[in-house]
Amino acid sequence: MDPTRTLVTVWAALIIATAVSVAIHLGLGAGAAAIVAVLVLAFVKVWLVGRHFMELRDAPAILRRLFDGYVVVVPVVLAGILLLS
Amino acid sequence: MTGVRTEPDRVIADDGEHMPGEAGIWIFVLGDMVVFAVCFAVLALVHAQDPAGYAVAQDVLHLWLGVVNTVVLVTSSLTMALAVHAARAGRPRRAASLVLATMAGAVVFVAVKAVEYTDLVAAGHTARSSDFFLYYFCFTGLHLLHVVIGLGVLAGVLRIVRRTAPTRHEMGLVESGAGYWHMVDLLWLVLFGLLYTLG
Repeated sequence: MDPTRTLVTVWAALIIATAVSVAIHLGLGAGAAAIVAVLVLAFVKVWLVGRHFMELRDAPAILRRLFDGYVVVVPVVLAGILLLS
Repeated sequence: MTGVRTEPDRVIADDGEHMPGEAGIWIFVLGDMVVFAVCFAVLALVHAQDPAGYAVAQDVLHLWLGVVNTVVLVTSSLTMALAVHAARAGRPRRAASLVLATMAGAVVFVAVKAVEYTDLVAAGHTARSSDFFLYYFCFTGLHLLHVVIGLGVLAGVLRIVRRTAPTRHEMGLVESGAGYWHMVDLLWLVLFGLLYTLG
């Protein structure tokens, strides 16, 4: 896929993910499932921005690993605080 | 020994790796992301302590203004990424137009946030109202500062991409500026999720 098309596809995915998170918020309201859904959607969006817009896809492994680690660890910690407190 | 090949303005190592921008910008970006991770954790703690109170305060926020700003920032990130590609491809006019579009997005974001702040304060919701609003104003304010600084960064990027043939070093600066702007975008994506849609 040519780079422009990939970037536009990622943009569309980010917009759709935002719409889904708002729909979940309005439809499900509070609750564990909604919390997990909000966190997963937010950090999937972060990962997409990093991988495609920030061009981490082609970056040195150390940078990719640090970023991927952030995208996994931060939502897990947040879920722990939100669900276990 | 690892060799390198050169694309128009991109140095790619034999193993396909390319450092987007200066190494220093990544130390700053990752450091800033860690600082904001602490902010996210604080919001999670505020929610955990009083989920009902969090939901009541959240209902006061203008969800749709938050959605508009999310769309604006995500779109500005797209135009910035496209600008980098245009600059690499030696298309200065297209690159400059795309950076200008990115800057327009930043201005719209600031304007929408100003409307939101003004409306909230007029309705009596200030940083003193509750823990939720204290951290809402604190963290969105910190993020807004990043957006304003971003406007300056983008102005610098604009000066470079207007040139017909930016040097490799200058392209590194363009990629660094783009990296900063994408960080501003991704931090907002999490703030939006936690502040506007956590329930």
